[in-house]
Amino acid sequence: MNKPDAKSNLNIMTACELIKRLGSKEITSSQILSALQAKIKETDAKVKAYVRVANPVDNPKTQKPGVSGALSDIPIAIKDNICTDGLNTECCSKILEGFKPPYDATVIEKLKAAGAIILETKTNMDEFAFGSSTENSCFGPTRNPWGLECVPGGSSGGSAAAVAADEAIMALGSDTGGSIRQPASFCGVVGLKPTYGRVSRYGLIAFASSLDQIGPLTKDTRDSALLMNVISGYDPKDSTSVNKEVPDYTKALTNDIKGLKIGIPKEYFIEGIDPEVKAIVVDAVEKLKSLGASCQEVSLPHTEYAVPVYYIVATAEASSNLARFDGVQYGYRAEGVKEKLQSLINMYNNTRGKGFGEEAKRRIILGTFALSHGYYDAYYLKALKVRTLIKQDFDKVFSQFDCIVAPTAPTVAFRIGEKINDPLKMYLSDIYTISANLAGIPAISVPCGFAKNGLPVGLQVLAKPFGEEMLFRVAHTYEQNTPWHLEKPKVS
Amino acid sequence: MEYQAVIGLEVHLHLKTRTKAFCGCSTEFGSQPNTQVCPVCLGFPGSLPVLNKVALDYAIKTGLALNCKIQEYTKFDRKNYFYPDLPKNYQISQYDLPFSKGGFLDIDLDDKTKRIGITRVHLEEDAGKLIHKEDSSLVDFNRAGIPLLEIVSEPDINSPQEAYEYLSALKSILEYLEVSDCDMEKGSLRCDANISVREKGKTQLGTKAELKNMNSFKGVKDALEFEINRQIEMLESGEKIIQETRLWDIKELKTVPMRTKEEAKDYRYFPEPDLPPFIITKDKIEEVRKGIPELPREKLARFAKDYNLSKYDARVIVFSKRYADITEKRMKEYPGKDKKQVVNWSTGAILSEANNLNCPPDELKIPGGDPELIGLIKSVEDGKISHLVAKSVFTESISNGKLASVIIKEKNLFQISDSTSLDGFVEEAIKENPKSVADFKAGKNNALMFLVGQVMKKSQGKANPKIVQEILKGRLVDA
Amino acid sequence: MSIDKDTVKYVAHLSRIELAPEELEMLSGQLKDILDFIDKLSKLEIKDIQPTSHILPINNVLREDSPRESLPVAKALANAPQKSEGFFVVPKVIE
Repeated sequence: MNKPDAKSNLNIMTACELIKRLGSKEITSSQILSALQAKIKETDAKVKAYVRVANPVDNPKTQKPGVSGALSDIPIAIKDNICTDGLNTECCSKILEGFKPPYDATVIEKLKAAGAIILETKTNMDEFAFGSSTENSCFGPTRNPWGLECVPGGSSGGSAAAVAADEAIMALGSDTGGSIRQPASFCGVVGLKPTYGRVSRYGLIAFASSLDQIGPLTKDTRDSALLMNVISGYDPKDSTSVNKEVPDYTKALTNDIKGLKIGIPKEYFIEGIDPEVKAIVVDAVEKLKSLGASCQEVSLPHTEYAVPVYYIVATAEASSNLARFDGVQYGYRAEGVKEKLQSLINMYNNTRGKGFGEEAKRRIILGTFALSHGYYDAYYLKALKVRTLIKQDFDKVFSQFDCIVAPTAPTVAFRIGEKINDPLKMYLSDIYTISANLAGIPAISVPCGFAKNGLPVGLQVLAKPFGEEMLFRVAHTYEQNTPWHLEKPKVS
Repeated sequence: MEYQAVIGLEVHLHLKTRTKAFCGCSTEFGSQPNTQVCPVCLGFPGSLPVLNKVALDYAIKTGLALNCKIQEYTKFDRKNYFYPDLPKNYQISQYDLPFSKGGFLDIDLDDKTKRIGITRVHLEEDAGKLIHKEDSSLVDFNRAGIPLLEIVSEPDINSPQEAYEYLSALKSILEYLEVSDCDMEKGSLRCDANISVREKGKTQLGTKAELKNMNSFKGVKDALEFEINRQIEMLESGEKIIQETRLWDIKELKTVPMRTKEEAKDYRYFPEPDLPPFIITKDKIEEVRKGIPELPREKLARFAKDYNLSKYDARVIVFSKRYADITEKRMKEYPGKDKKQVVNWSTGAILSEANNLNCPPDELKIPGGDPELIGLIKSVEDGKISHLVAKSVFTESISNGKLASVIIKEKNLFQISDSTSLDGFVEEAIKENPKSVADFKAGKNNALMFLVGQVMKKSQGKANPKIVQEILKGRLVDA
Repeated sequence: MSIDKDTVKYVAHLSRIELAPEELEMLSGQLKDILDFIDKLSKLEIKDIQPTSHILPINNVLREDSPRESLPVAKALANAPQKSEGFFVVPKVIE
């Protein structure tokens, strides 16, 4: 690791490194913030990882809790769909413009209790997390620090790009169909989707309630484990959070995978995957073998049905979750026609017609259709049944293997504008990440190389429910024995 | 042509929990607008529901009291529609797997008992309240999220009176269970009705109308009566009945169609992903069952049998659980032989005093409490005071707070039972009313009662009427 | 199964979303493609499979019936586009 020679480079460090130096009083928290501020000023006009940022950024405004804990004085960047008391939280959507929640999400409360500093300006995202490229933001796209003409992935593209560009030390994102892992893969950082129920969803503005999870985006696996230690755990305010003890995830960073049995799903390596990406991931698997794990081909036979199931289940739930955005209590309300009093139904129709972006409208209508009278059985009910089959595929593999390793995405970051006009093409970029959400299992993406054009490739590890320790063990071992996590983009 | 009405009732009632169904906001009635709200019941983005365990207990209790089968596996569903009083634009309700179904409620009609089937009982959350102004509407979400129980009857009800009895019986049971206030005026009980008519003897159902906006049990009865006539008139004149929702207009006393055009409602029900399902074990059901008190019909049967009460008297007492309990306690504590006196007082004087003061009969403040009341009643049985005196002393005691026994002593209201003291009054009465004497001798017994009345007057009500009667009889026969 | 413009219009109405004519046109085409893709699910034989509506094996999540403080009115109404004397205000609702 390049040691910083000046305090102004504190932003390129990991949280763990900073915690050490803070502990030995080498540095102060304001020095960290200044370093971030400088970097944001330098590069965010190009990267646009943050939203609603005054141009230029003077002082990244923060909420300092004034208590000490595992993350004392470490600034955390927050995705725009996680509620922060009194701070704008808008899901990068016009329909939530100006919304300041009157409460903190549970993960925010936990971060504050651990002494972390919450950055007031949020990170960019696809509106309501609908997207795989962060192009659906009402604030415009974020650009990939590794290639500014490319997308950072989505929907947590802002968080991933901020971490990759050292505009953030660590960040929170959310993952419903791959929205942490895929941008992590595109941006060369570490992104983890916890087991469903591991991290509280209270305060996460819901997309698909049975699939959403909040998770960390970090520079390495140690930071990820540290952040997971803080945000995980039972929350009585979330009926779907599981009352299970949170282990110290940093203890799983053993740098040892000898004897582990790893399954490599054949369905993830057939047509659709970019040959360069395939080659890089195959190399990564060889690396794992050389580190002592045994890797064997397995089958997840219902993989090809994951995307259709997801686009029924997730959009159905989303259509209901987004019904509350109607101009009554918060956010945008369309102005009535001046000449006559606006009727209630016009208010609803206009507010939602003007307030939602294209992708949001597309998904709401698709989801409403799937639930509507006459179509429920053929679409929604059927999708729920196939979901059972997908889960059973994983159960079978995990009964014999310690984890599964696969590519995170079929390609590297694509160009901005390349897929935006073809929704179906865009949906298919989620093909390797979606199944983990449907099965409720944890999964992590770590950098595993670069394509010839310099864009990062991500390696995905999947484990059984509450198997985050296995994820950390495998991902950390791989990471510590490869150079990828040390590379930094030159944002030009 | 004779017609039969086919009626099904849908009752929504507020469960008397301290907090709302899915959040810890208070359920108190009558607070300033939007002062009992939080991100959950306001449906703020990111909020999540957590079920109130007492709401579930009350729901199971009610299901059992209505003889339903409690389902082992139950879950919540989202009912999706747009309305400003619905914070999330969906209601958390139960669709295909309600927690209880297949029950019944027995009602008394004149001389027979009729069983009304109950299709299902399920839990859901209430919406907020809308207040309509000239060109806008105001929304108050205090009520949003209050737990509701929806009780759906089978279409077994065949008359407005039966509907009234059903609602009364239901209210009685719910009060006994102490799960709801059942106050239609306060909005803790709402009732919608589905009604159609058909030729008597036919099995096919007619087109039904849904009636809403009835604010009292009587309102339900009146609305049904009007609607039955309206539908019969239409059928007789060959008109087709449209399936629609009609509102009861309490001013004009008629049902009117809703102003907005109705469209087929597609609620797009799907399982609520934010609430894992519930498994209700047999142990849980038994635990809840143990907490169910003796219910009105059982108590009524027992009172009639054990205390030899007429069904009428038993009904009056049993109507309120607290009153039934207090009255039973008094009956048990009454030392005299004639326990029926306690019943008479309980269905008579106590009730009328309570009605005058507009308070529930079990809350009537009797100076000196039950000992004083029981003492008063025993005094009548022992002949120490007359029944008339007892009643007027009771009224006075309630109004001025003095103990009845003290009033009797102070005013010297003791009954006069010895003939020596009464002779004088009897002589006077006979002397002053020769016509009555003649009438009695001629065989008119009423005349005797008149004379007794005269003696009572002269003695300021203190004479023992039975003894007076005997003395008079003796005198008149002699004379 | 396919989806025609009238169905899209109806579903947009169910969702209370006003679509401009060009939007309606474009959406109908896109949704048709997406649904054609989704139709691959019809290949599967799934009659006896149980649907998964809750992925976690948890049940009976309940809380105590204990009141806690509600939001101050000002906070509850802070984001309201229109408010008056403690109420949220909306265009007149006709019943």
